[in-house]
Formats: sequence, C-alpha cells, structure tokens
Amino acid sequence: MGILEIKNVGKRFGGLQALGDVNLSVEENTVHAIIGPNGAGKSTLLNCLVGKLIPDTGSVTFQGQSLLGRKPHEINQMGVSRVFQTPEIFADLTVMENIMIPCFAHRDGAFKMNAFATLRGQNDIKEQAEAILDDVNMLEKRDMHAASLSRGDKRRLEMAMCLVQEPKLLLLDEPTAGMARADTNNTIDLLKEIKEKRDITMAIIEHDMHVVFSMAERITVLAQGTPLVEDTPENIKGHPKVREAYLGEAQV
Amino acid sequence: MFGLTAKNTRLLFLVIFLVAFAPFLMNPFPSDSAMAQFNAGYPDLMQRFVIFGIFAIGFNILFGLTGYLSFGHAAFLGVGSYAGVWMFKLLGMNVIPAIAASVLVAGLLSVVIGYICLRRSGIYFSILTLAFAQMMFALAASVLTPITGGETGLTLSLSDPRILGAAAVDGNIPVPSFFGLEMRSTYELVLGSWSFSFNTGYYFCAIIMVLAFYASIRIFQSPFGLMLRAIKTNQTRLNYTGLNSRPYTLAAFVISGMYAGLAGGLMVAMDPLAGAERMFWTASGEVVIMTILGGAGTMIGPVLGAGAIKYMENIVSKINKTILEQWFSFMPDGISDVFVTLVYPFIGKGWHLTLGVVFMLVIIFLPGGLVEGGQKIKGLFSRKKPETTPTDGAKTPAE
Repeated sequence: MGILEIKNVGKRFGGLQALGDVNLSVEENTVHAIIGPNGAGKSTLLNCLVGKLIPDTGSVTFQGQSLLGRKPHEINQMGVSRVFQTPEIFADLTVMENIMIPCFAHRDGAFKMNAFATLRGQNDIKEQAEAILDDVNMLEKRDMHAASLSRGDKRRLEMAMCLVQEPKLLLLDEPTAGMARADTNNTIDLLKEIKEKRDITMAIIEHDMHVVFSMAERITVLAQGTPLVEDTPENIKGHPKVREAYLGEAQV
Repeated sequence: MFGLTAKNTRLLFLVIFLVAFAPFLMNPFPSDSAMAQFNAGYPDLMQRFVIFGIFAIGFNILFGLTGYLSFGHAAFLGVGSYAGVWMFKLLGMNVIPAIAASVLVAGLLSVVIGYICLRRSGIYFSILTLAFAQMMFALAASVLTPITGGETGLTLSLSDPRILGAAAVDGNIPVPSFFGLEMRSTYELVLGSWSFSFNTGYYFCAIIMVLAFYASIRIFQSPFGLMLRAIKTNQTRLNYTGLNSRPYTLAAFVISGMYAGLAGGLMVAMDPLAGAERMFWTASGEVVIMTILGGAGTMIGPVLGAGAIKYMENIVSKINKTILEQWFSFMPDGISDVFVTLVYPFIGKGWHLTLGVVFMLVIIFLPGGLVEGGQKIKGLFSRKKPETTPTDGAKTPAE
C-alpha cells in the first residue's frame, strides 16, 4: 500500500477523455516520475490530486484518507505540497515574508485571526524561516523583493516554501520546464539534496528525460490518459512500447 | 512603542500632531484677508476630514491589503448612520450607544454581503458589491421608508421616546452629547486678525480617528495583515500553501465595513440626520478615489486622500466668478476675461473637473498616490532614491 493510491481515476472534458482509467501507487520515500507525451493527461492527473479538479470516476487516497472533494488548502494541511510549472510565489512580498507564510500555515492552520499580534514578535517563525533559507542558500537575499529574483531563485524559493511545511508528499509539475541546462542541473541537485536530508516522497511530472532518469526510482508512462507501463528507469529506457508512444519512431 | 515599529510610531505621532493642531494648520490665513477663503479650519469641514479619514482607512484594509475593490462601501456608512439616528430617537442623545450601534449593525450587514460577494473575485466581486449597495440604496430611499424616512431622510422629532434622556429640552430637540459634553460646542480663539475654532465634536472624532488609525497600523504589521497582502499578490499560492483565503477576505471585509459604520455613526453624532443619498454608488466611488489618490495599500495615504478630496469639495466649490475676476483683475481687461473664462469651468459647481484633472495627474505620474509624491520629495531633499519599502506597497499600483 503506497502513500498515495490512485484507483480507476477517469476525467472527461466535454468530448475529450483526458484520463481513462488510471491506477497508480506511489510508495513512501521514493521519487516517482510520471512521464508522457503532450496531452497524455499528466497535468490533469496532478490537478485531480491537489483538489483543483474532481475526477469523474475512481478514488484518490493519501495515507488511507480520500482526497476527493477536499479543497487545495485542506489537502496541503494533510501534508501534500505542490510546486508549479512556473514558480508561484508572492511576488510583491520579500523573500522572508514568502517563507513566513507557509510557516504560519504549518503552525496555525488554515485560518487564524491574529490581527493584533506583531510579525516582529514571531521568533519561532523567524528562526524556522531563516533556517530553511540558509538550507537553500538564499539567506542573504531575505529582504529582496521576490519579483526581482532570478528564475532559478524563484524556483528555489518556491521549493523552500513547500519544504518548510515538512510535507510528506511533494508534487512537482515540470520543475525544470523552460530552464537552461545549467539551471536544470542545479534544480536536480537541489531536489537530490532535499531527498537526502528528509524522509519525503516525491511525485514528479516531467518532460525532460534527463531529469527523470537522473532522479526517479519508479517511472510511470502515461499515454492518452492511461498508464502504459510502470517500472524502474533501467527497464523503461529499453521498453519498446515506451519508445513507440513517447520517444517516437524516429529514435531507433 | 505601543507594539509598533519605530517607523510606524513616527507615523502615528505625525497623525496625532496633524489632527491635534488642525484648527491652526487649516487656518493659516488671517480671517479678513483675500486668502481667507482657502481656510478650512471650520468645525464642519474638519469633522468631515477625520470622519472620511476613518472611512478611507477602513476601506484601505480591504482594498489596499487584499486588492478586493468594493464598490458598495457607502452602504455600510449609510446603514451605520440610520442605526445611529435610531439610537438617538429611542435611547437618548448620548453618542456612545449611537456609535456602538452603527458599528455593530454595519458589521452584521457586512458579514452577510461579504459572505455572498466574496464567492467571486476581481471585477465580479466589484459588480456584486455595487449591486448590493444599489439594492440597499433602493431599500432606504423607498421600500423601507417607515424606518429610513425615505427620500426626505431620517430626522429626530420631539415625539421620539428617548427613554434614557429627555425627549425635549426647553421645547427643542436635544443635541448629541458625550455624557453632557455637547458635540456642537465650539471655543473661538482670536489672535490678532487670525481666528481659530476648537470644536468638541471635531476633537471627539479626531480621537476616534487616531484610535482607528492605530488599529489599522496594527493590522498592517500583523501576521493577519501579511496574509491579506499575500491574497493580493497570489491567491492561488496561498491556497496551495494550506491557507483558506475565504475567511481572511471575509474578516477584512467585515473590519472595513465596521470602519464605514463607525464613520456613519460619527456623521450622525455631529449632525443627527441620515439620508439615503449617503448610500448612493457615487459615495462608494468617492472612497475608492480617496484611497487611490492618497495611495492604496499605504497606511497614511487614505487619510491624505480623504483630506484632499474633502478640501477640494468644500474650498474649490466655494470660489465663484466674482472671486475669479478679482484674482485676474491685475491683467488688462481682455486678457483677464480670457483667463476667467478658461478657469471658470473648474471652480464652483465644476470642482469635479478639478478633482478629475488632479486624479488623472496623480494616477499617471504618481501611481502610488500622494504618498509616493511625498516620498519623491523626501528623496530629492535627502539626495537618495526614495524609499521603496515593500511593506508600504506604495510602489504597487492599484489594480
């Protein structure tokens, strides 16, 4: 029984069957990649996990609890964090404030009416935020406007915002999309480092084979809304069905 | 001090200084000089400065922090006014129950309206609030005439019960007071050719405004305030960070509704009558303009914006053609006529034109409002770049 169990999930948009009949199990403390060509239903599947979409059929359970019908903030409070394709950060706030927000969410829950507390007095939150900033080598940028960070730093910041909540499951939606090779390698190193330091399960949706094969322990190949194969990276590389569906005929 | 950062403490003391010495600061010209018409230090206008200051401070907690643009906040001001007048009619002329009722009733109404309108964001939220406010206006102006007095407005009468006080004093309706201290009483100080008025009602409102301003600073620098600013910049991220944005926006909406109710209550405490026109959508638009003109998302901006607009409304509108002809009388006849004709549309009843031009200039050249203007001037003098502290949000243009 994996930490995340996806059973018979289907999702239809009008005439388009985005997800057919997806069965997937993500084991605890593994890095599980979900790959597939454009339009395979990767993002739809992810959105079904975080509460943005509700699947038409099937069930999604996290640590034995159903995720269906729960709002994004409820799913996050259960221990599932999400990194977006383009980094979603609080652009108008400082780096430090960006980090403090998830710290508050972790400590105080989804809502707390603390209009007369002062930010300055929150020493535990500050220490926590500084520690994680130090971890991702961004401490010296703590007072910078998040909007003025480089793309790579925005990604680091977003990861730090997720990690400071100590999630059990981290969902990554194409974390290296649109990055130069050097930035991609930095992100891979960052993710590997995160994995080494923490007991964390990661599910990565990715286009870039380089990222997938340098990190993943299990790979599921999705094509036209259904999983084709699920196996270790070594076996996936040579799998004829995968070559056909994903890599294309040309790459022989 | 008082749990504020050094910078915010200075800001609070600046506001205290300004409101405490407003009777002097607003009356810089001798009362018999030609410039006397620019004096704004009379009680009625000074009261309006601080009351609309409170209204704008509250509005800024919603709009400045969360970015939710409400076009219906005058409804809360109006409802607060009616509640206040009813307290005068039923209980007595003490202002405290009236103001308490104003805040409470406006707060309850904003829970209902906020709960419904906050299901949508952006332009849809604005339109929903506008629709609600116009419904409230229609209710007040016609449907609920027995409660609101309809188009003539709600006024006090000699036959009101006033169970805690006298229904009539010397055959007249009693005046609002704070435990016997009459709101209308004014002390005139004459120094040479200058005269200054110290009005009880003004100082009563001023003290409440300082408290309201202090509360707003506390909200700005609290974790709650941080969440509200986070909603403005990226609500999606906030939700995926495990925070429920709905109760945060509702709390901000209710707080700002209560500020509007407080302003409405103070209005009737100064002048105990309430009319439906106070709830008309242009009144809601006015507070939006005040906040943006002063600087949305800044602490002191809304107060400055409210002051600037009320000043123009009362001073520019008082200038008439005769005064204009006097100004340009030093010029040769033909030329002075040209100038009078050119300037005339912008004065008197045309003060809205002046406001429009000022508003456009500010939005185009100072998107951060008057506060940004102040920072630029400060920057010029200190020969540094103007401060752009992110917590002020002054650089963030309103959306």
